[in-house]
Amino acid sequence: MTAETSAEAGSQKSPVREPVLQAKGLVKRYGMVTAIASGDLELYPGEILAVIGDNGAGKTSLIKALCGAIIPDSGEILLDGKQVHFKNPMDARRAGIETVYQSLAVAPGLDIADNLFLGREVRKPGVLGSVFRMLDRKRMKDEASRHMSELGIATLQNIGQAVESLSGGQRQGVAVARSAAFGSKVMILDEPTAALGVKESNRVLQLIRDVRDRGLPVILISHNMPHVFDIADRIHIQRLGRRAAVITPQSHTMSDAVAIMTGATEAPPPVA
Amino acid sequence: MANDTSSGGGTATVPDPGATGFDERRSESPLQRIQHVLHANPILGPLAVLVLAIIVFSIVSGRFLSAANLGLVLAQVTVIAVLALGQTLIILTAGIDLSAGAIAVFSSILMANLATDLGVPGALALIIGLVLGTAMGAINGLLVTRLGLPPFIVTLGTLSIFFSLNSVVSRSETVRGSDMPSIMTWTGTTFSLGGFRITYGSIIMLLLFAVFWYALSNTAWGKHVYATGDDIEAARLAGIRTGHVLFSVYTVAGLLYAIGAWVLMGRLASASPNVGVEYNLDSITAVVLGGTSLFGGRGLVLGTLVGALIVGVFRNGLQLGGVDVVWQGCAIGLLVLVAVSIDQWIRKVRA
Repeated sequence: MTAETSAEAGSQKSPVREPVLQAKGLVKRYGMVTAIASGDLELYPGEILAVIGDNGAGKTSLIKALCGAIIPDSGEILLDGKQVHFKNPMDARRAGIETVYQSLAVAPGLDIADNLFLGREVRKPGVLGSVFRMLDRKRMKDEASRHMSELGIATLQNIGQAVESLSGGQRQGVAVARSAAFGSKVMILDEPTAALGVKESNRVLQLIRDVRDRGLPVILISHNMPHVFDIADRIHIQRLGRRAAVITPQSHTMSDAVAIMTGATEAPPPVA
Repeated sequence: MANDTSSGGGTATVPDPGATGFDERRSESPLQRIQHVLHANPILGPLAVLVLAIIVFSIVSGRFLSAANLGLVLAQVTVIAVLALGQTLIILTAGIDLSAGAIAVFSSILMANLATDLGVPGALALIIGLVLGTAMGAINGLLVTRLGLPPFIVTLGTLSIFFSLNSVVSRSETVRGSDMPSIMTWTGTTFSLGGFRITYGSIIMLLLFAVFWYALSNTAWGKHVYATGDDIEAARLAGIRTGHVLFSVYTVAGLLYAIGAWVLMGRLASASPNVGVEYNLDSITAVVLGGTSLFGGRGLVLGTLVGALIVGVFRNGLQLGGVDVVWQGCAIGLLVLVAVSIDQWIRKVRA
């Protein structure tokens, strides 16, 4: 089972690495349709794990189970080795798993600061906050600016700008900054570059690397092979509701990955 | 790096630099600039209409700007403004409330009959009426959130139900103000302020606008109302309990309509089951004229106040100008169509 030694993990000192997030034997059925036949996934500290698979391979369902958007019928999810049960996305967020959805889940009419703190607003201290529920807009704006500049999203001078006035890449930046600001364990990104041009895609990919380098492991779902091979430390290939293989950009080529994805090639044994 | 399009993702890829460039080129035109300004400051359009209307009507009729007349306009718009405030909250969530007037009128009948038929003390009758009005709003909210029915259908149904119950309870009889405890028509009493005769009802109305301006712009609840109306799925994914937000909005609107009922009894010096049919649509008119988008997520309560004033000023000014009453509806209707067209146009800025 451990034939692949070219994994990024080769240099890891500790022989027993504990995954941050682990899924074991997840099953999800919708009536007669099986979305996840056996969902297994491990995410290790400090890595970008790309999840690829053809349409209908169950990667979206697998990810939704991890971020609380669907509840699996059976199987278990372990966060830092402890079993967790997410009833909704909020549960997952409280546990430290932040998701950047393909739709971004931003409110276009609200400004950047409001969006960063959407659902987690900060109230003023004292009576103003407790009785009059007044928001601490200055603090929210300041912290939003800090988070944005930490990630090098410096093009946004005005944190009070409505999100709808931003470009696609900038909106993605806002969504990533929000997850990076609040995610303590894992960040999941669903097709972050699907709607972006070349330049903006590259900027977002760099943003994802920055997030990883700052210590937050990342799960990236993408159809875009060049992007996946550019950025991923390991690549999880989902096929027919199961994990077909785990490879690395060094161990296999893009066409190998596509072959495994489509079933043209026998899957190699997984990289631990 | 190759600009690889997704291998079967089916996502329409719009190259962003192109779109941005397109936008910048277009913003050169003055019309486009107006569009951007209106988009950034949605209150400007309604305010311009109001100021323009006041100028025109003051030229047409010398009496228009008199203190007595302006006081009258304010008194006339007070009830509609209170109802429109509740309506604004609902329209901000991309909903609509056709039962606003029905809840207000039914609440006023309940308050009046409690006090007169059952001999409940005035203040208590008011409080019970406020609770019942709130409950009626909550019923709308439950139907919208629990059953997931479209707000239009829900409130169309409750509109009929509340009006019908209203006829049953009132036996289609008007309760005269002189038969009620004085507190119930207190909202219609006036005080003098620099020559203006202002009703206490108008003061209540202005206070309510101040409260909800604050709640919408300075509390998390307000942000959640906007986010829910803007894109409910995005709001849900961002962790907002959109069901709770919607339910709270319909419930609070019910309370506002019931307060409107109190103001209404003061204005009419009675509680009549036969008024208020037009209040449902008038409240929507005021919201729309105030620049709040029927698509949700955009709008200001201050705009609704301006919208209600526009309706009041037009009705009053046309009357003073000697225009037949039958044409007033026509003028208001045209205004609504223009307002909605402008809203559509402004929203295109996003594309």
